[in-house]
Amino acid sequence: MSKIKKLPEIKEPTRMLMSGNEGIALGAREAGVYFASAYPGTPSTEIMETFARLPGIIAQWAPNEKVAFETGIGAALAGARTMVCMKHVGVNVAMDPLMTFAYTGTIAGFVLISADDPEMHSSQNEQDNRYLARFAKIPMLEPSDSQEAHDFFKLAIQISEEFETPVMLRITTRISHAKGIVDLVPWPVPQVSGFKKDPDRFVMVPQFAKIRHHEVELRTERLKLYSEETAINHAEPGKGKVGIVTGSISYHHVREVMPNAPVFKIGMSNPLPIEAIRTFAGTVDELFVVEELDPFYEEQILAAGIKCEGKKYFPCEGELNPNIVAEGLRIAGVLDWQAPKLHPGEVDVIPRPPVLCSGCPHRTVFTALKKMKADVFGDIGCYTLGALKPLNALHTCICMGASIGMASGVQKVEGSKRPVVGIIGDSTFLHSGITGLLGAVYNKAPVTIIILDNRATAMTGGQQHPATGHTLQGEETTAVNLVELCKVLGVKNVCEIDAYDYEETLKVIKETTSSGETSVVITNRPCMLYPVKKKPEPLEVKLDICNGCGACIRIGCPSIRLIDETTDKGLQKVAIDPDTCTGCELCAHVCPLDECILPVK
Amino acid sequence: MIDKTKNILIVGVGGQGVILASELLSEAAMKAGFDVKKSEVHGMAQRGGVVSSHVRFARKVYSPLIPEGDSDVVLAFEAAEGLRWANNVNEDGLVVVNTQEIIPPIAFTKGYDYPEKPIEQARKQVKRLIAIDAIGIAQRLGNVKGVNTVLLGAIAGELPISDEIWEAVIRRRVPRGTEEMNIAAFKEGAKAAVML
Repeated sequence: MSKIKKLPEIKEPTRMLMSGNEGIALGAREAGVYFASAYPGTPSTEIMETFARLPGIIAQWAPNEKVAFETGIGAALAGARTMVCMKHVGVNVAMDPLMTFAYTGTIAGFVLISADDPEMHSSQNEQDNRYLARFAKIPMLEPSDSQEAHDFFKLAIQISEEFETPVMLRITTRISHAKGIVDLVPWPVPQVSGFKKDPDRFVMVPQFAKIRHHEVELRTERLKLYSEETAINHAEPGKGKVGIVTGSISYHHVREVMPNAPVFKIGMSNPLPIEAIRTFAGTVDELFVVEELDPFYEEQILAAGIKCEGKKYFPCEGELNPNIVAEGLRIAGVLDWQAPKLHPGEVDVIPRPPVLCSGCPHRTVFTALKKMKADVFGDIGCYTLGALKPLNALHTCICMGASIGMASGVQKVEGSKRPVVGIIGDSTFLHSGITGLLGAVYNKAPVTIIILDNRATAMTGGQQHPATGHTLQGEETTAVNLVELCKVLGVKNVCEIDAYDYEETLKVIKETTSSGETSVVITNRPCMLYPVKKKPEPLEVKLDICNGCGACIRIGCPSIRLIDETTDKGLQKVAIDPDTCTGCELCAHVCPLDECILPVK
Repeated sequence: MIDKTKNILIVGVGGQGVILASELLSEAAMKAGFDVKKSEVHGMAQRGGVVSSHVRFARKVYSPLIPEGDSDVVLAFEAAEGLRWANNVNEDGLVVVNTQEIIPPIAFTKGYDYPEKPIEQARKQVKRLIAIDAIGIAQRLGNVKGVNTVLLGAIAGELPISDEIWEAVIRRRVPRGTEEMNIAAFKEGAKAAVML
């Protein structure tokens, strides 16, 4: 991959159908953002992928969210408008700089995008990051669709500069990925004013930090007044005496089921416009709060002495949708609603859990680990799918980098009765695995860490990272050498293996797990999807030889299926789909017969 | 202009082109002057999972999600997915199912079976269902990648979008050199839907 394709400049007002993520990227360009940094993470990834393609700006992938955030602070203190993007759990990684940057405040506009994932479409938890803005005492805006995502970003930059504070723009998967119509305008030329020394403000030692904390409290008071006045917090008058306070995507679900009800729409949710909500509450007999995940609005509204109900009727788990909102309002006795008549015979159709792709190099390693009955501590990436049927060869997944620390901890207290393995991808290793490995070496944990190096951040769509040799904007750069990196950390036993060679993979992992020292095994086959597709050389099953043993089916390859033809003993034979087979040969390696699975002639 | 929101649910298996089809439909609806919202979830989808895309258009659209059971059209790219989603169609709505069957690897483990005659099962649950061999039609036109446009053609009769708009959108969005094939595929899909 070399130069990426640039998007054409917007030279006159234009109307386009775009996702919230694309809306944010274009909004950032219109707001004069010059610098953006991020680590990929669903549902936030496309913000940077879009922004990086706009002319006249700098966009870069950082090794992790903390570095993305810190690089962003530097850019903003140098007077460049800045955006940093991450998924909700990424903000956990960036919390350290966030909490203190909230004290120093910013010079140029600084916007943190927190892309939350209610329903956990592609995440390990569904934490509600609205609490983090309140925790850090920074303003937060919550757009409800693509147009608002675009518009609120521009407002966030204004607020950031007016109040000299980082601002959180909090979106969710539905805002990120749903598409809607967005009005765009031409772009300004981004400015950079240059870093100016101001140690009283930017050196957060106790004597200065105390002064800054006081400034934060004063700022919060001014922001409360702003939130009461801003147009993005407003009452929409309506019919009836039942009022609803809502924001983000929930606003649209509420409007879907109660198009004419009085609604207070929250656009700026930290600080909350409590007095405006109090006034609104005075115009209705009953007040309900409809919000996704936790009772963030509801608790603050109740704490202000305003009577309302919310989580009694609406779940704090998963996403909301029009049906869930309507059902809650029905139970609350304020909506005459009946679920649309579903046709009889609710069908139970076979599930389609996500699977490792045909030819995925991870499959070999999991097949070997399953054979060894190893205790496998997993991490965040495609390879987490190794936990699912039929491989069942990965036994934990907590957060980025946890595999190495967890494997080390288990091994320390348990000794090595069974093989203990940590398994982590290349991008995840560079994100949060290096320090874990350092800890394992330092504390002499005899674990084997397998780095599945497929040369891409595959799960999120094949993004570049510090070991790929290319940047986000398509420039060539230094690629870190993973073998040398592990050696420098003190690992004496670093082995590279061919992930398409099953016997070698099994042999090497057996050796390292019984070696009694911290070892690293690095696989070297690239992802099948990125950055270049391998030219497939498909395999086929010789049906006159197949004995129906099922060994190849148990590797869980989507290109292999059972067929109707059976052996003399009545066992089903198998076939390989030539259109999707990549010729990785893992099935041939696990097949106990010679000459049964061969390349298609 | 219609006031009642048109709801089209497009479903299938990761990699089949569900998202591209919903993109084309959304763009066509926008060109026809409607407010449009479209929603699906990325992420796990490309790895063989179920993909569902909601497309809604009207004078003004609020939620990007179709209320359950209120789709005017359910377009299924795969037979078992047609069965899974058919009951999301409303009383007078239309279900269009591609006859292709994609059997997930889990079907070869204990306790999971691909449904028997999924399209026939689905047909029993709804008033209007059309099954289309979109791969067969696309192959006859010389390019199996036309499946997408065949299926869009098959639902076009249900939607207030003119053929001129469809043609313009297809021309703009499909890979260069495949425009004529895709427009022919769209027309064949429309024809097949009428004949059934």
